[in-house]
Amino acid sequence: MTGKKIFVHTFLLIGVIFSIFPFYWLVVMSTNETSAIFSFPPRLTFGSYFLTNYNNVMENINFYRALLNTVMIAVVSTTLQLFFNSLTGFTFSKFKFPGSKALFYIMMATMMIPGQMLLVPQFIIIKELDWLGSYKALIIPGMATAFGIFWIRQYALAIHDELLEAATIDGSSKFGLYWRVALPILRPALAFLGITTFMGVWEDYLWPLIVLTDTSKFTLMLTLQQLKSVHTGDYAMVMTGTLLATLPLILFFLVVSRQFIAGIMDGAVKS
Amino acid sequence: MGGLFKEIYKSRALYLFISPFYILFLVFSVFPIFFSMYLSVHKWDGIGEMTSVGLNNFMYMFKDPVFWQALVNNVAIWLLANAPMLVCALVIAFIINLSIVRFKGFFRIAFFLPNITAMVAVVIIFQSMFGNEYGLVNYVLESIGLDRIAWLNTSTGSRVVIAAMIAWRYLGYNAIIYLSGLQRIPKDLYEAAELDGATLAQTFAKITIPMLRPIILFTVMMSTIGGFQIFTEPQVLAGNKMPYPGTETIVLYMFREGFVYQNYGYAAAVSWVLFIIIGLISVLNWKVFNKSDD
Repeated sequence: MTGKKIFVHTFLLIGVIFSIFPFYWLVVMSTNETSAIFSFPPRLTFGSYFLTNYNNVMENINFYRALLNTVMIAVVSTTLQLFFNSLTGFTFSKFKFPGSKALFYIMMATMMIPGQMLLVPQFIIIKELDWLGSYKALIIPGMATAFGIFWIRQYALAIHDELLEAATIDGSSKFGLYWRVALPILRPALAFLGITTFMGVWEDYLWPLIVLTDTSKFTLMLTLQQLKSVHTGDYAMVMTGTLLATLPLILFFLVVSRQFIAGIMDGAVKS
Repeated sequence: MGGLFKEIYKSRALYLFISPFYILFLVFSVFPIFFSMYLSVHKWDGIGEMTSVGLNNFMYMFKDPVFWQALVNNVAIWLLANAPMLVCALVIAFIINLSIVRFKGFFRIAFFLPNITAMVAVVIIFQSMFGNEYGLVNYVLESIGLDRIAWLNTSTGSRVVIAAMIAWRYLGYNAIIYLSGLQRIPKDLYEAAELDGATLAQTFAKITIPMLRPIILFTVMMSTIGGFQIFTEPQVLAGNKMPYPGTETIVLYMFREGFVYQNYGYAAAVSWVLFIIIGLISVLNWKVFNKSDD
């Protein structure tokens, strides 16, 4: 029995090392010179070049500008998505109206469309709307999503009808039911949806690459790619930029990891 | 009939509530679907006149060796990344779920962490480990007595590098998905197996796999859809140069035709073929998994 116990824990630990090592390597490289990455044997301990690398990053890209852009887009996108998805999800879960079932199934079916299939026509629409280079192109098309609506609906089904009836008798409008009764109850579902949306916007690459034209408006991921393509030689600097661009999200994840993983597991069972 | 209109009028606020999704859906999905169908039989550079070319875009695609190569690359990367990754994820989930394992919360978080790392960052980190000459991986190979590999000079090498990125990023994610399925398998099934003296391997094969079949289908479908949409990995890996040998994927091919050469009609045709491929493979997955039910 103890042998088995040691065996399974060792196995898992080896797996964890594989999972964690690239992060360790990222930090090691951000604190060393480029030559250390390609020396034989490579350095595996922290060095003292972080500040040099940091200053190099700041000289080559406008890191804080890109950070600010990304945070702004992510906050606005997430807020709008939470609002529209929860309003629609709540409506589908608690009201029956002509066509509600058909509309719901149509929405579910849209989840089957692979996003990249529509890249070309979507780009042309954005161009015709004159949104090219504007954050509208990043924020507006994704303001309401089938996954988000479905997710909220599943939670909202559990809201007691008596609560809604009581509020209606008290003279609440339908929007009032959503705003005052449903929203507070939906808070845990909104938290998970908010976290995934925020991370998705932060990490998005292909769509911003297509619709953003002006480097001063670039997101972190675009700026990082730019840094990498232009300065292939200075790997330590590129790694430092990568560390700076990913660290906020990793720290954020570590804080919310418990609820987040619970949400993922919940989602898998539901779909 | 009047009753229906009355009903609709009474629900006008509700229609208003759900309208944003459908407006966006019409503008950014329904219209694009038909527009891209139309584009796929035309030649258009985005500025001049559109000229109808019938099925020429498709004929050209099927004759273009670059397209076929992209398809081969896509399938190769998809298999290299997902087959070992899904098996490992299943084993890891099975072990974390064992009653004798402690620190489950820690293991979950540690395995999940790669998934929240942006793909652009993953590419940069992995590229630095897989140097052609030097670099960490070649050092490890040499120290265990193997030859160095010029990773990005051969198609197999660069496919392995990309597959490693995907496998690393999605291993924990899939393990968590499997874990959620495992937790719904009744505990007494395992207890009964243990009483009967079943080994870990036997429990895994006789209880875990069959009970998880729907979730396995889900992960295979998701990784198939994801696998045919690979773009960021080869694009960031090569920077602003042409993709490394063996790593040009269909989406990258479409991206170049559409957004670099402005062949919008042709790019639309490529995306339709991509859509049909994903659809066919999804149906195939579905059939394979449902057949083994008998």
